[in-house]
Amino acid sequence: MNEISLMPEEQYRRLQQRNAAEVKELWDLLDQVKDPEVPVLSIWDLGILRDVERDGDRVVVTITPTYSGCPAMNTITDDVIAALKASGYDDVEVKTKLSPAWSSEWMSPEGRRKLRNYGIAPPEDAELDEDGLTPDAHAQCPHCGSRNTRRISEFGSTACKALFQCNDCNEPFDYFKKI
Amino acid sequence: MSDAIKAATLEYATRLGDDAVVLGHRISEWVSYGPFLEEDIAYGNVALDYIGRARMFYTYAAELADDGRTEDDFAYMRSDREYRNLLLMEMPKGDFAYSQVRQLFADVYYTLVLPELLHSKDETLSAIAAKGIKETKYHLRRSREWVLRLGDGTEESHKRTQKAVDSLWGYTHEMFDMDETEQMLADAGIAVDVSKLRDAWHKMVSDILTEATLTVPEDGWAVRGGRTGYHTENLGHMLTEMQIVHRSYPGCQW
Repeated sequence: MNEISLMPEEQYRRLQQRNAAEVKELWDLLDQVKDPEVPVLSIWDLGILRDVERDGDRVVVTITPTYSGCPAMNTITDDVIAALKASGYDDVEVKTKLSPAWSSEWMSPEGRRKLRNYGIAPPEDAELDEDGLTPDAHAQCPHCGSRNTRRISEFGSTACKALFQCNDCNEPFDYFKKI
Repeated sequence: MSDAIKAATLEYATRLGDDAVVLGHRISEWVSYGPFLEEDIAYGNVALDYIGRARMFYTYAAELADDGRTEDDFAYMRSDREYRNLLLMEMPKGDFAYSQVRQLFADVYYTLVLPELLHSKDETLSAIAAKGIKETKYHLRRSREWVLRLGDGTEESHKRTQKAVDSLWGYTHEMFDMDETEQMLADAGIAVDVSKLRDAWHKMVSDILTEATLTVPEDGWAVRGGRTGYHTENLGHMLTEMQIVHRSYPGCQW
Protein backbone atom coordinates (compact mmCIF):
# COMPACT_ATOMS: atom_id res chain seq x y z
CA MET A 1 0.00 0.00 0.00
CA ASN A 2 1.29 3.47 -0.79
CA GLU A 3 1.54 5.69 2.23
CA ILE A 4 0.31 9.20 1.65
CA SER A 5 1.76 11.57 4.21
CA LEU A 6 0.23 14.95 4.83
CA MET A 7 2.54 17.87 4.24
CA PRO A 8 2.89 20.39 7.06
CA GLU A 9 1.71 23.90 6.23
CA GLU A 10 5.22 25.36 6.46
CA GLN A 11 6.55 22.74 4.07
CA TYR A 12 3.78 23.40 1.60
CA ARG A 13 4.53 27.12 1.61
CA ARG A 14 8.22 26.56 1.05
CA LEU A 15 7.55 24.25 -1.87
CA GLN A 16 5.10 26.74 -3.40
CA GLN A 17 7.70 29.48 -3.07
CA ARG A 18 10.33 27.35 -4.75
CA ASN A 19 8.11 26.19 -7.58
CA ALA A 20 6.81 29.70 -8.26
CA ALA A 21 10.29 31.23 -8.26
CA GLU A 22 11.46 32.85 -11.48
CA VAL A 23 14.92 31.53 -10.76
CA LYS A 24 13.98 27.91 -10.21
CA GLU A 25 17.27 26.76 -11.75
CA LEU A 26 19.14 28.59 -8.99
CA TRP A 27 17.15 26.80 -6.30
CA ASP A 28 17.97 23.52 -8.03
CA LEU A 29 21.63 24.49 -8.24
CA LEU A 30 21.74 25.17 -4.50
CA ASP A 31 20.58 21.61 -3.77
CA GLN A 32 24.25 20.69 -4.02
CA VAL A 33 25.12 22.83 -0.97
CA LYS A 34 25.07 20.56 2.07
CA ASP A 35 25.05 21.29 5.78
CA PRO A 36 28.73 20.75 6.70
CA GLU A 37 27.74 19.12 10.00
CA VAL A 38 25.02 16.87 8.56
CA PRO A 39 26.38 16.38 5.03
CA VAL A 40 23.44 14.21 3.99
CA LEU A 41 21.11 17.23 4.13
CA SER A 42 21.09 20.05 1.60
CA ILE A 43 20.38 23.55 2.87
CA TRP A 44 16.97 23.17 1.22
CA ASP A 45 16.27 19.89 3.05
CA LEU A 46 17.24 21.48 6.36
CA GLY A 47 14.99 24.46 5.68
CA ILE A 48 17.65 27.12 6.16
CA LEU A 49 17.53 28.26 2.52
CA ARG A 50 14.93 31.01 2.74
CA ASP A 51 15.02 32.81 -0.58
CA VAL A 52 16.85 33.16 -3.88
CA GLU A 53 16.44 36.32 -5.95
CA ARG A 54 17.98 37.75 -9.04
CA ASP A 55 18.71 41.45 -9.29
CA GLY A 56 20.24 42.08 -12.71
CA ASP A 57 23.49 40.09 -12.71
CA ARG A 58 23.47 39.82 -8.98
CA VAL A 59 22.14 36.77 -7.14
CA VAL A 60 20.91 37.33 -3.59
CA VAL A 61 20.56 34.23 -1.43
CA THR A 62 18.92 34.45 1.99
CA ILE A 63 19.71 31.86 4.66
CA THR A 64 18.74 31.58 8.34
CA PRO A 65 20.62 29.93 11.22
CA THR A 66 19.16 26.90 12.99
CA TYR A 67 20.54 27.89 16.40
CA SER A 68 21.98 31.28 17.45
CA GLY A 69 25.48 29.91 17.67
CA CYS A 70 25.41 27.62 14.64
CA PRO A 71 29.09 27.62 13.66
CA ALA A 72 28.28 26.30 10.17
CA MET A 73 26.84 29.57 8.86
CA ASN A 74 30.17 30.93 7.61
CA THR A 75 31.00 27.70 5.80
CA ILE A 76 27.53 27.55 4.28
CA THR A 77 27.88 31.14 3.04
CA ASP A 78 31.19 30.25 1.39
CA ASP A 79 29.72 27.07 -0.11
CA VAL A 80 26.73 28.94 -1.58
CA ILE A 81 29.05 31.46 -3.23
CA ALA A 82 31.35 28.70 -4.53
CA ALA A 83 28.44 26.65 -5.95
CA LEU A 84 27.02 29.64 -7.82
CA LYS A 85 30.45 30.78 -9.02
CA ALA A 86 31.12 27.34 -10.45
CA SER A 87 28.02 27.81 -12.60
CA GLY A 88 29.07 31.24 -13.80
CA TYR A 89 27.34 33.49 -11.28
CA ASP A 90 30.11 35.79 -10.09
CA ASP A 91 28.11 38.42 -8.27
CA VAL A 92 26.58 36.68 -5.28
CA GLU A 93 25.40 38.12 -2.01
CA VAL A 94 24.42 35.88 0.90
CA LYS A 95 22.16 37.49 3.48
CA THR A 96 21.38 36.09 6.91
CA LYS A 97 17.83 36.62 8.07
CA LEU A 98 16.87 35.93 11.68
CA SER A 99 13.13 36.35 11.52
CA PRO A 100 11.02 34.29 11.42
CA ALA A 101 13.19 32.03 13.56
CA TRP A 102 14.06 28.69 12.02
CA SER A 103 11.87 25.79 13.05
CA SER A 104 12.51 22.10 12.57
CA GLU A 105 9.06 22.08 10.91
CA TRP A 106 10.79 23.52 7.86
CA MET A 107 12.78 20.38 7.22
CA SER A 108 11.64 18.69 4.00
CA PRO A 109 10.02 15.22 4.08
CA GLU A 110 12.88 14.05 1.88
CA GLY A 111 15.34 15.50 4.42
CA ARG A 112 13.67 13.59 7.25
CA ARG A 113 14.02 10.32 5.35
CA LYS A 114 17.65 11.04 4.52
CA LEU A 115 18.36 11.88 8.14
CA ARG A 116 16.88 8.59 9.38
CA ASN A 117 18.82 6.58 6.80
CA TYR A 118 21.97 8.39 7.87
CA GLY A 119 21.46 7.23 11.47
CA ILE A 120 19.98 10.39 12.99
CA ALA A 121 16.41 10.27 14.33
CA PRO A 122 14.40 13.15 12.82
CA PRO A 123 12.32 15.42 15.12
CA GLU A 124 9.04 13.55 14.63
CA ASP A 125 10.53 10.24 15.84
CA ALA A 126 10.01 11.24 19.47
CA GLU A 127 6.95 12.35 21.44
CA LEU A 128 7.81 15.63 23.14
CA ASP A 129 7.39 15.90 26.90
CA GLU A 130 4.80 18.21 28.49
CA ASP A 131 7.15 21.21 28.24
CA GLY A 132 7.51 20.69 24.49
CA LEU A 133 11.13 19.58 24.91
CA THR A 134 13.06 16.43 24.02
CA PRO A 135 11.73 13.52 26.13
CA ASP A 136 14.06 11.41 28.30
CA ALA A 137 13.12 8.18 26.49
CA HIS A 138 11.37 6.52 23.54
CA ALA A 139 12.84 8.35 20.55
CA GLN A 140 12.77 5.77 17.78
CA CYS A 141 16.12 4.12 17.12
CA PRO A 142 17.11 4.83 13.49
CA HIS A 143 19.13 1.60 13.41
CA CYS A 144 16.66 -1.05 14.57
CA GLY A 145 13.37 0.88 14.86
CA SER A 146 12.90 0.16 18.58
CA ARG A 147 11.18 2.69 20.84
CA ASN A 148 12.90 1.20 23.87
CA THR A 149 15.54 3.94 24.06
CA ARG A 150 16.79 6.46 26.60
CA ARG A 151 18.26 9.94 26.46
CA ILE A 152 21.95 10.06 27.36
CA SER A 153 22.40 13.80 26.99
CA GLU A 154 20.24 16.81 26.31
CA PHE A 155 22.97 18.22 24.07
CA GLY A 156 24.58 16.11 21.36
CA SER A 157 27.43 16.51 18.91
CA THR A 158 25.93 19.76 17.60
CA ALA A 159 23.52 22.31 19.03
CA CYS A 160 20.61 20.89 17.05
CA LYS A 161 20.85 17.34 18.40
CA ALA A 162 20.40 15.32 21.62
CA LEU A 163 22.11 12.00 22.32
CA PHE A 164 20.16 8.76 22.84
CA GLN A 165 20.97 5.10 23.27
CA CYS A 166 18.89 2.13 22.18
CA ASN A 167 18.23 -0.43 24.93
CA ASP A 168 17.58 -3.19 22.37
CA CYS A 169 20.42 -2.94 19.85
CA ASN A 170 22.62 -0.89 22.25
CA GLU A 171 23.64 1.56 19.53
CA PRO A 172 23.93 5.22 20.49
CA PHE A 173 22.30 7.68 18.11
CA ASP A 174 21.66 11.39 17.63
CA TYR A 175 18.15 12.79 17.76
CA PHE A 176 17.49 15.98 15.80
CA LYS A 177 15.71 18.18 18.33
CA LYS A 178 12.36 19.73 17.62
CA ILE A 179 12.39 23.50 18.01
CA MET B 1 14.43 56.27 14.16
CA SER B 2 15.35 59.49 15.99
CA ASP B 3 19.00 60.10 16.87
CA ALA B 4 18.33 59.76 20.58
CA ILE B 5 16.53 56.45 20.15
CA LYS B 6 19.19 55.21 17.78
CA ALA B 7 22.02 56.02 20.19
CA ALA B 8 20.12 54.40 23.06
CA THR B 9 19.35 51.29 21.00
CA LEU B 10 23.04 51.01 20.11
CA GLU B 11 23.90 51.15 23.80
CA TYR B 12 21.16 48.61 24.65
CA ALA B 13 22.22 46.14 21.95
CA THR B 14 25.81 46.46 23.17
CA ARG B 15 24.78 45.75 26.77
CA LEU B 16 22.83 42.66 25.75
CA GLY B 17 25.73 41.54 23.56
CA ASP B 18 28.15 42.07 26.47
CA ASP B 19 25.98 39.94 28.79
CA ALA B 20 25.90 37.17 26.22
CA VAL B 21 29.58 37.14 25.27
CA VAL B 22 30.82 37.30 28.86
CA LEU B 23 28.54 34.51 30.07
CA GLY B 24 29.25 32.49 26.92
CA HIS B 25 32.99 32.80 27.51
CA ARG B 26 32.65 31.82 31.17
CA ILE B 27 30.66 28.72 30.22
CA SER B 28 33.21 27.83 27.54
CA GLU B 29 35.88 27.68 30.25
CA TRP B 30 34.33 24.35 31.26
CA VAL B 31 35.07 22.76 27.90
CA SER B 32 37.44 19.84 28.52
CA TYR B 33 36.89 20.22 32.29
CA GLY B 34 33.31 18.88 32.46
CA PRO B 35 32.65 16.14 35.04
CA PHE B 36 31.92 13.68 32.22
CA LEU B 37 31.88 13.75 28.44
CA GLU B 38 28.18 14.45 27.86
CA GLU B 39 28.23 17.29 30.35
CA ASP B 40 31.30 18.70 28.67
CA ILE B 41 29.49 18.70 25.33
CA ALA B 42 26.39 20.22 26.91
CA TYR B 43 28.48 23.10 28.25
CA GLY B 44 30.04 23.61 24.82
CA ASN B 45 26.58 23.78 23.25
CA VAL B 46 25.22 26.29 25.74
CA ALA B 47 28.34 28.45 25.36
CA LEU B 48 27.83 28.42 21.62
CA ASP B 49 24.23 29.58 21.95
CA TYR B 50 25.36 32.56 24.01
CA ILE B 51 28.26 33.47 21.76
CA GLY B 52 25.94 33.25 18.76
CA ARG B 53 23.51 35.54 20.53
CA ALA B 54 26.33 37.99 21.28
CA ARG B 55 27.28 38.02 17.60
CA MET B 56 23.73 38.92 16.61
CA PHE B 57 23.53 41.77 19.14
CA TYR B 58 26.99 43.08 18.19
CA THR B 59 26.26 42.87 14.47
CA TYR B 60 23.17 44.97 15.08
CA ALA B 61 25.13 47.41 17.28
CA ALA B 62 27.76 47.77 14.54
CA GLU B 63 25.03 48.43 12.00
CA LEU B 64 23.56 51.18 14.20
CA ALA B 65 26.99 52.67 14.95
CA ASP B 66 27.73 52.78 11.22
CA ASP B 67 31.31 53.88 11.84
CA GLY B 68 33.17 51.01 10.22
CA ARG B 69 33.33 48.85 13.35
CA THR B 70 32.32 45.19 13.11
CA GLU B 71 31.03 42.67 15.66
CA ASP B 72 34.68 41.71 16.35
CA ASP B 73 35.57 45.27 17.32
CA PHE B 74 32.81 45.23 19.91
CA ALA B 75 33.98 41.94 21.40
CA TYR B 76 37.74 42.29 21.14
CA MET B 77 38.67 45.94 21.06
CA ARG B 78 36.93 47.30 24.13
CA SER B 79 38.45 47.37 27.62
CA ASP B 80 36.75 46.26 30.82
CA ARG B 81 35.64 49.82 31.61
CA GLU B 82 33.84 49.91 28.26
CA TYR B 83 32.02 46.64 28.85
CA ARG B 84 28.46 47.02 30.11
CA ASN B 85 27.62 43.45 31.13
CA LEU B 86 25.86 42.50 34.35
CA LEU B 87 28.36 41.52 37.06
CA LEU B 88 26.75 38.10 37.54
CA MET B 89 27.93 37.07 34.06
CA GLU B 90 31.60 37.85 34.73
CA MET B 91 31.98 35.99 38.01
CA PRO B 92 34.62 33.26 37.61
CA LYS B 93 33.59 29.72 36.81
CA GLY B 94 34.25 28.53 40.39
CA ASP B 95 33.33 24.94 41.10
CA PHE B 96 30.63 23.05 39.21
CA ALA B 97 27.91 24.02 41.71
CA TYR B 98 28.86 27.68 41.46
CA SER B 99 28.62 27.68 37.66
CA GLN B 100 25.29 25.83 37.68
CA VAL B 101 23.76 28.19 40.24
CA ARG B 102 24.87 31.21 38.18
CA GLN B 103 23.44 29.47 35.12
CA LEU B 104 20.12 28.91 36.88
CA PHE B 105 19.93 32.59 37.87
CA ALA B 106 20.71 33.63 34.27
CA ASP B 107 18.41 31.06 32.66
CA VAL B 108 15.43 32.10 34.78
CA TYR B 109 16.25 35.73 33.96
CA TYR B 110 16.24 35.07 30.19
CA THR B 111 13.12 32.92 30.51
CA LEU B 112 11.43 36.13 31.65
CA VAL B 113 13.31 38.76 29.61
CA LEU B 114 13.27 37.20 26.13
CA PRO B 115 9.47 36.77 25.77
CA GLU B 116 9.20 40.49 26.65
CA LEU B 117 11.91 41.43 24.17
CA LEU B 118 10.03 39.43 21.55
CA HIS B 119 7.38 42.19 21.72
CA SER B 120 9.93 44.93 21.14
CA LYS B 121 9.00 47.39 18.42
CA ASP B 122 12.56 46.98 17.20
CA GLU B 123 12.36 44.16 14.67
CA THR B 124 15.98 43.03 15.00
CA LEU B 125 15.88 42.83 18.79
CA SER B 126 12.61 40.93 18.54
CA ALA B 127 14.09 38.49 16.02
CA ILE B 128 17.13 37.81 18.23
CA ALA B 129 14.81 37.19 21.19
CA ALA B 130 12.72 34.74 19.15
CA LYS B 131 15.79 32.60 18.51
CA GLY B 132 16.88 32.72 22.14
CA ILE B 133 13.53 31.71 23.65
CA LYS B 134 13.59 28.15 22.35
CA GLU B 135 17.23 27.66 23.32
CA THR B 136 16.67 29.02 26.81
CA LYS B 137 14.03 26.35 27.52
CA TYR B 138 16.72 23.72 27.09
CA HIS B 139 19.26 25.70 29.11
CA LEU B 140 16.86 26.15 32.02
CA ARG B 141 15.84 22.52 32.09
CA ARG B 142 19.48 21.53 32.42
CA SER B 143 20.53 24.09 35.09
CA ARG B 144 17.36 23.40 37.10
CA GLU B 145 18.02 19.65 37.05
CA TRP B 146 21.59 20.18 38.18
CA VAL B 147 20.69 22.52 41.01
CA LEU B 148 18.05 20.03 42.23
CA ARG B 149 20.52 17.17 42.00
CA LEU B 150 23.34 19.02 43.73
CA GLY B 151 21.24 20.77 46.37
CA ASP B 152 19.36 17.61 47.26
CA GLY B 153 22.44 15.42 46.78
CA THR B 154 25.26 14.60 49.16
CA GLU B 155 26.22 16.62 52.20
CA GLU B 156 29.20 17.99 50.27
CA SER B 157 27.24 18.93 47.13
CA HIS B 158 24.52 20.55 49.26
CA LYS B 159 27.11 22.59 51.17
CA ARG B 160 28.82 23.80 47.99
CA THR B 161 25.56 24.64 46.24
CA GLN B 162 24.27 26.63 49.21
CA LYS B 163 27.59 28.47 49.37
CA ALA B 164 27.27 29.32 45.65
CA VAL B 165 23.73 30.61 46.14
CA ASP B 166 24.84 32.78 49.06
CA SER B 167 27.88 34.16 47.22
CA LEU B 168 26.03 34.98 44.00
CA TRP B 169 22.78 36.34 45.44
CA GLY B 170 24.14 39.87 45.95
CA TYR B 171 24.98 40.12 42.25
CA THR B 172 21.45 39.40 41.10
CA HIS B 173 19.86 42.66 42.22
CA GLU B 174 21.31 44.83 39.46
CA MET B 175 19.69 42.55 36.84
CA PHE B 176 16.44 44.39 37.58
CA ASP B 177 17.77 47.96 37.62
CA MET B 178 16.61 50.47 35.04
CA ASP B 179 18.55 53.58 34.07
CA GLU B 180 17.63 56.56 31.90
CA THR B 181 18.68 54.89 28.66
CA GLU B 182 16.68 51.72 29.21
CA GLN B 183 13.71 53.63 30.63
CA MET B 184 13.53 55.82 27.54
CA LEU B 185 13.66 52.71 25.33
CA ALA B 186 11.11 50.90 27.47
CA ASP B 187 8.76 53.88 27.15
CA ALA B 188 9.25 53.70 23.38
CA GLY B 189 8.32 50.01 23.42
CA ILE B 190 11.84 48.91 22.45
CA ALA B 191 13.55 47.74 25.65
CA VAL B 192 12.28 45.41 28.38
CA ASP B 193 11.34 47.01 31.69
CA VAL B 194 13.31 44.54 33.78
CA SER B 195 12.22 46.13 37.06
CA LYS B 196 8.81 44.53 36.50
CA LEU B 197 10.32 41.03 36.26
CA ARG B 198 11.92 40.93 39.68
CA ASP B 199 9.04 39.33 41.59
CA ALA B 200 8.53 36.63 38.98
CA TRP B 201 12.26 35.85 38.98
CA HIS B 202 12.35 35.67 42.78
CA LYS B 203 9.35 33.33 42.83
CA MET B 204 10.70 30.97 40.17
CA VAL B 205 14.19 30.82 41.67
CA SER B 206 12.88 30.44 45.24
CA ASP B 207 10.64 27.52 44.22
CA ILE B 208 13.57 25.70 42.61
CA LEU B 209 15.95 26.39 45.52
CA THR B 210 13.34 25.23 48.03
CA GLU B 211 12.72 22.05 46.06
CA ALA B 212 16.48 21.52 46.09
CA THR B 213 16.41 21.77 49.93
CA LEU B 214 18.41 24.99 49.72
CA THR B 215 17.77 28.18 51.68
CA VAL B 216 16.75 31.32 49.80
CA PRO B 217 19.07 34.08 51.06
CA GLU B 218 17.90 37.32 52.64
CA ASP B 219 18.57 40.42 50.54
CA GLY B 220 21.42 41.46 52.82
CA TRP B 221 23.84 43.03 50.35
CA ALA B 222 24.04 44.06 46.73
CA VAL B 223 26.83 44.92 44.31
CA ARG B 224 26.07 47.09 41.30
CA GLY B 225 28.02 48.70 38.51
CA GLY B 226 28.13 46.49 35.43
CA ARG B 227 25.86 48.71 33.33
CA THR B 228 28.06 51.75 34.05
CA GLY B 229 31.35 49.96 33.38
CA TYR B 230 32.39 49.41 37.01
CA HIS B 231 33.34 45.76 37.19
CA THR B 232 34.81 43.24 39.57
CA GLU B 233 38.48 42.39 38.95
CA ASN B 234 37.34 39.16 37.29
CA LEU B 235 36.32 40.80 34.02
CA GLY B 236 39.75 42.26 33.25
CA HIS B 237 41.40 38.86 33.63
CA MET B 238 38.74 37.23 31.48
CA LEU B 239 39.04 39.81 28.70
CA THR B 240 42.83 39.51 28.71
CA GLU B 241 42.48 35.86 27.83
CA MET B 242 39.56 36.34 25.44
CA GLN B 243 41.11 39.22 23.51
CA ILE B 244 44.82 38.36 23.37
CA VAL B 245 44.86 36.60 20.00
CA HIS B 246 42.82 39.27 18.27
CA ARG B 247 44.89 42.09 19.76
CA SER B 248 48.23 40.40 19.09
CA TYR B 249 47.41 39.74 15.44
CA PRO B 250 45.06 42.54 14.39
CA GLY B 251 43.03 41.70 11.31
CA CYS B 252 44.34 38.13 11.18
CA GLN B 253 42.09 35.74 9.26
CA TRP B 254 42.28 31.95 9.06
